[in-house]
Amino acid sequence: MSNIPTELKYASSHEWVRKEEDGTFTVGISDHAQGLLGDMVFIDLPDVGDEIEAGEDCAVGESVKAASDIYAPISGEVVAINEELEDSPELVNSDAFGEGWLFRVKASDESQLDALLDAAAYGESIED
Amino acid sequence: MAQQTVLFPKHVEAGAKMVDFHGWDMPINYGSQIAEHNAVREDAGMFDVSHMTIVDIKGSDAKSFLRYLLANDVAKLTVSGKALYTGMLQQDGGVIDDLIVYFFNDEYYRLVVNSATRVKDLAWINKQAADFSVAVTELPELAMIAVQGPKAKEKAATVFTAEQNAAVEGMKPFFGVQAGSLFIATTGYTGEAGYEIVVPQDQACDLWQQLVDAGVQPAGLGARDTLRLEAGMNLYGLDMDETVSPLAANMGWTIAWEPQERDFIGRAALTAQKSEGTDKLVGLVLEAKGILRTGQKVVFTNAAGEACEGVITSGSFSPTLGFSIAFARVPASIGETAEVEMRKKLIPVAVTKPAFVRNGKKLV
Repeated sequence: MSNIPTELKYASSHEWVRKEEDGTFTVGISDHAQGLLGDMVFIDLPDVGDEIEAGEDCAVGESVKAASDIYAPISGEVVAINEELEDSPELVNSDAFGEGWLFRVKASDESQLDALLDAAAYGESIED
Repeated sequence: MAQQTVLFPKHVEAGAKMVDFHGWDMPINYGSQIAEHNAVREDAGMFDVSHMTIVDIKGSDAKSFLRYLLANDVAKLTVSGKALYTGMLQQDGGVIDDLIVYFFNDEYYRLVVNSATRVKDLAWINKQAADFSVAVTELPELAMIAVQGPKAKEKAATVFTAEQNAAVEGMKPFFGVQAGSLFIATTGYTGEAGYEIVVPQDQACDLWQQLVDAGVQPAGLGARDTLRLEAGMNLYGLDMDETVSPLAANMGWTIAWEPQERDFIGRAALTAQKSEGTDKLVGLVLEAKGILRTGQKVVFTNAAGEACEGVITSGSFSPTLGFSIAFARVPASIGETAEVEMRKKLIPVAVTKPAFVRNGKKLV
């Protein structure tokens, strides 16, 4: 059974969102998603300053096995990216909810969070 | 319901992630396919290849039958235990399967063919065998473990009996020998030294555990694929199939044209293809970011200024090299560079021979 922290919100496309103290939102992919993809070898992140739209693809995760689009769970401006992933994409495998975070967003519409899943609902969505 | 090999409980015990592989429930990895890949390149790893199909060909016509059935010539095999890699072709030259044939004597050979092609292979072999005095016998009661890597032989030696160690002592590559209950062959699909060991099913789990205890890392189909790609070895179904000539799949070296009077299935078609020219299989290297994937389009302009197009047949990240590599089937006029269409962009790649790593050494 995958690890699904209860304090996060989730998209059905396997991204997670965490609200930070400065009001921005950190985005990553779930432990379940990294398990499906297998060993990550390259992650193509958006640039700082990019405007991303909820539901649109904004990054690509390439594992040995496959390339997978990563979708923005909320709209806004990218204010930071995880530069550690440039040299260590395997952080997404080893610590999907921590050191393997992807980017931070300044949300343009925080009400979009309400449309995301809580841990229990996300856990149910990946049962099948 | 997928079939399971006799080693299934050992995979589960080791925490394998199991996937359906052409009707078999097989381990894709035991945690990290890159770690498993590296274990084979640097130390020793092992694969459950029990799903592969072993077929014995016995009878007074065994030699003449296989000289007709296979594109390579089993008459080259004169020392007992010697093995040969070959294609089995249709009359039109398309590849039905690639396989290894072991020679024991002129009336006894062993074939090891792919599992995904088992049904059609057996049907084809039996159909062609009708006019020959041979018995075609599948041996499903045998399991098979491939132990591969620079330390594979040394670690395997610790689990072999004295008799088995004496039997494999000094054995050259591409030989097999029956020693006690094991058939031990110096073959593999990784580009490293090692053995493929055929073992009776009731002993397979014990042998696997002894190898684990000797420090051999279980490795899954994921690592097997990146290892064989680096080593320049074809995968049936991707790099060739019934619609592809062996001449366009880097298998030209496996076709025995001499002696000219030998009639083998596909010979006439291949002779015509050879004079007309075919596509060829090349290697591609992408040192920049991004991963070459099976099915991506390859484009280039040849020396005559013509726009040409080919396709990636196998592509992946190379854990040994740290960048992406691929095989591509392309028009033979390709030069030293080409472009690959990746995510709607054209990315430049270098064109190489279709082999990247052998015995731990980088070739590109």
